[in-house]
Amino acid sequence: MGKAETESLIGKRIPKMDAPDKASGKTRYIDDVNVPGQLIGRILRSSRVHARIKSIDTAAARALPGVHAVLTAADVPDQRAIGVSKDNLPFKGDVVRSLRDEIAAVAAETEEVAAAALKLIRVEYEDLPLLTDPLEALKPGATLIHPEREPVALKHPEALRPWYDPDNCQTGNIAMSFDYTQGDVARGEAESDAVVEDSFRLHYVTHCCMGVSGVIADFQSNGNLLLYSNTQVPFLHRREFAEVLGIDPGRIRIIQPPIGGGFGSKLDIYPFEPIAVFLARAARRPVKLIFTREEEFIASPTRQPVLIRLRSGVKKDGTLTFRSVTTLHDNGAYTSWGATTPFVMMQTFSSLYRVPHCDYHTVAVYTNNPYAGSFRGYGNLQATFAVEQHMDRLAEAIGMAPLALRLANAQNPGEVTPQGMHFKTCGLKECLSTVAERSGFEAKFRANRDNQRMPGTLKRGIGMASMLHVGGGAKIYPSDGCGTILKLDDFAHVTLITGASEIGQGSETVLSQLVCEELGLPMSSITVVNNDTDITPWDVGVHASRTTFIAGNSAIGAAKKAREKIFAAAAKKFDLPAEAFALRGGLLVRADTGETLIDLAKFLRSMHFSEKAELVMTSFYYEPPSHHQDKEFKGDVSAAYAWATQACEIELDTTSGMVKLLKVTGAHDVGRVLNRLGIEGQIEGGIVMGQGYALTEDLMVKDGRIRNPGFRDYKLVTAPEIPEMDISFIETMDGEGPQGAKGVGEAPAICMAAAVANAIANATGVRITELPFTPENVYRALAAARAQAGQRAA
Amino acid sequence: MPLDQEIEFTLNGGPRRVAVNPEMSALTMLRETLGLTGTKYGCGEGECGACTVLLDGRPVNACLLFAVDCDGRELVTIEGLASDPVAGRVQQAFVEYGAVQCGFCTPGFVMQAKTLVERHLGADRNAIARGIEGNLCRCTGYRKIIDAIASVASAK
Ligand code: FES
Ligand code: FES
Repeated sequence: MGKAETESLIGKRIPKMDAPDKASGKTRYIDDVNVPGQLIGRILRSSRVHARIKSIDTAAARALPGVHAVLTAADVPDQRAIGVSKDNLPFKGDVVRSLRDEIAAVAAETEEVAAAALKLIRVEYEDLPLLTDPLEALKPGATLIHPEREPVALKHPEALRPWYDPDNCQTGNIAMSFDYTQGDVARGEAESDAVVEDSFRLHYVTHCCMGVSGVIADFQSNGNLLLYSNTQVPFLHRREFAEVLGIDPGRIRIIQPPIGGGFGSKLDIYPFEPIAVFLARAARRPVKLIFTREEEFIASPTRQPVLIRLRSGVKKDGTLTFRSVTTLHDNGAYTSWGATTPFVMMQTFSSLYRVPHCDYHTVAVYTNNPYAGSFRGYGNLQATFAVEQHMDRLAEAIGMAPLALRLANAQNPGEVTPQGMHFKTCGLKECLSTVAERSGFEAKFRANRDNQRMPGTLKRGIGMASMLHVGGGAKIYPSDGCGTILKLDDFAHVTLITGASEIGQGSETVLSQLVCEELGLPMSSITVVNNDTDITPWDVGVHASRTTFIAGNSAIGAAKKAREKIFAAAAKKFDLPAEAFALRGGLLVRADTGETLIDLAKFLRSMHFSEKAELVMTSFYYEPPSHHQDKEFKGDVSAAYAWATQACEIELDTTSGMVKLLKVTGAHDVGRVLNRLGIEGQIEGGIVMGQGYALTEDLMVKDGRIRNPGFRDYKLVTAPEIPEMDISFIETMDGEGPQGAKGVGEAPAICMAAAVANAIANATGVRITELPFTPENVYRALAAARAQAGQRAA
Repeated sequence: MPLDQEIEFTLNGGPRRVAVNPEMSALTMLRETLGLTGTKYGCGEGECGACTVLLDGRPVNACLLFAVDCDGRELVTIEGLASDPVAGRVQQAFVEYGAVQCGFCTPGFVMQAKTLVERHLGADRNAIARGIEGNLCRCTGYRKIIDAIASVASAK
């Protein structure tokens, strides 16, 4: 035998392992799974936005042949509230607080019978006052959405002016509040040569996963519950379902079929899931409940709509002095993860750039609107929209170039910020300069600015924005760990059993790569099991761009153990020290010469049958070297932080307000590229999702009703509209990351809206602080600016 | 409820006879009556392309097509492409170029792409992008889908 190839898998373009099945239609998503004997579940939702339920008559629905169960709140006296603040009962019995509210549900033989049964349910309502403006919700005498809840005590009510007047407002509708302070903002303001202040308004958008939500609940004959679910956090949800049902979590098994898109939407449990379980319990049959697309628009979570007031200052030399922020979040009728986005927003306000003095006060306010969940970027799109527009505004105020101001205040490796984040690696400056150079930023910026007043209605603009996001897990839950079980069979085939779910992002491929890299095996020799809580070890779930980092380290740990075992056995057989061996190309070789000693499969076979081989490894990555925040929200919550800069080039037609995104130049500090194909896909997809947020998507909510619950009127970006994309990777080789990598899943969507806003200002001289930049909104803003300029001139 | 109606058509190359409700869509017939789940429901109103099938060789949205209107015609679904050489190359390219993430949109794109390739567009990326305008993808940002189709189209 000759020398083994030493081809590394890291950084290569490795196709996703599940792609062939997906491309041939073989993959079975939840809607493709059918359980013998299953019934179809459907939910009756409120037709009123805010009302008292006077009566529900289900007699006719119950009598319909083919109906096996009809349930309302009265039929499930043991139901418990779910969600982040436990303010959401699956079935609403007394009051409905939003249009999506669940009133009744049926389980029937077929879809048609279920739909017919819903139509037979009669509900009598008595309307209650509508509250759809979060500012109104703070006014004295405003109707209370959750009168049963203890009012939140505000620590700094005066900081919320002018939205909240401490002498003339009430806290009864406040769902959550956060206060953060570093340094002394008044001092910072006194030291400033220029101060700018703006209000920003961010709108509703929604995930639009191409696969709609669904669940199958199936009780086993011993009373255990088997759930087919699209959750991103199976172990946390197992516990939550156990609480809802009042049973032991060990009696719940969650199987996760492949998921038709996640983006954060599956981080919480929603009423339809316990409802399907209640239906299955009542009907004594499995129940499958799948949304329609319209239902998906109405009853799945949104991104958090926010009002942001930002005041920032700078010295003449370009040193940032302070940032003072207030945000008001429309919480909707119930509390999901959207209410907690200030955790992430805070990091951008305090630490994207070096700013000595910063305070941040925020409230989330109940209304009768849809409620927001977690959505890729988690508040960071909103925070970055404000902060990065202010970077341009401050630069303008002191006559500095936007790039120079950013470089002057960018974080450096090694920095510990006043909020306690420790940037062990930080590629922000490289991101900034790479993007500036590759996009020709400075020259274009000046030329476009000079062209603002020239004749012609087609204007060009270029704008940039940067972002900071957790990239090494996030210590939000008590643990941030993940477990791995790895088994090697007698043909050198590896089974990787990991707690980390695959949600389309490609984690199973990356984890396989990391394991194969350690064991010198080709990708064809590994199988991943990652979708069954009865089999897989614990994991906190897919969120905060943590999977590659945390599950990756866990998988590497298991693979290293396997390698050690193999080398120990080899040491005996070949009478060499354990360090003398290496694994390459499916062979056991001498590390120094590369000389082949034996085929790994053959050697493993001999280990299996002669030694007490025990070639099953377990490994856990508990914990990353990160810390929980203290009561003041200070602490190093992630083991690594991801950075990026993006520049957007646009063409704007001043006669129509139409903004066309021409090109995005991006540079991402990803630690290290593990799978080039996968990471490009994540970044391109994120850019286009950010483009939709900036330019086309708008979930129109009026009087608590969604006006455009379909793809006809909710405009996702389509293929002809995508920009040219030029993406660079900045490899900072994070010391703690698996092979040096950091998480990047959320990063690419974050900068887009801010960069487009800056590009519009560069093209027209008009700064628009409200999203989305649809032709109508842009046209109006330009017209308003012209009118204002006219008045000033007159 | 209206009575079922018996229809006969060619499905993925073989004759098929089924009884369908006149209100049923071809999508429901495929997924529920015939158990062919490769064709996906994404919107039910002709806006996403996840349900794209070939009717007499032309791509159509199965959610907008009545099952009864398949009578006497030829229907091909993603399952029927298993031995189609052009589709095979398209599928291979989707895998190699990273055009698949969650994959929910992929069967619809593959159906659409196969017809685009057969229309001999060459590797004109704008024409390809317009050709897949009716198919939505939330994950990939489309670039890799266009790459994949262009690679097959230009190899022809
Ligand atoms: S399901 Fe047919 S186009 Fe969307
Ligand atoms: S790959 Fe997920 S929708 Fe296209």
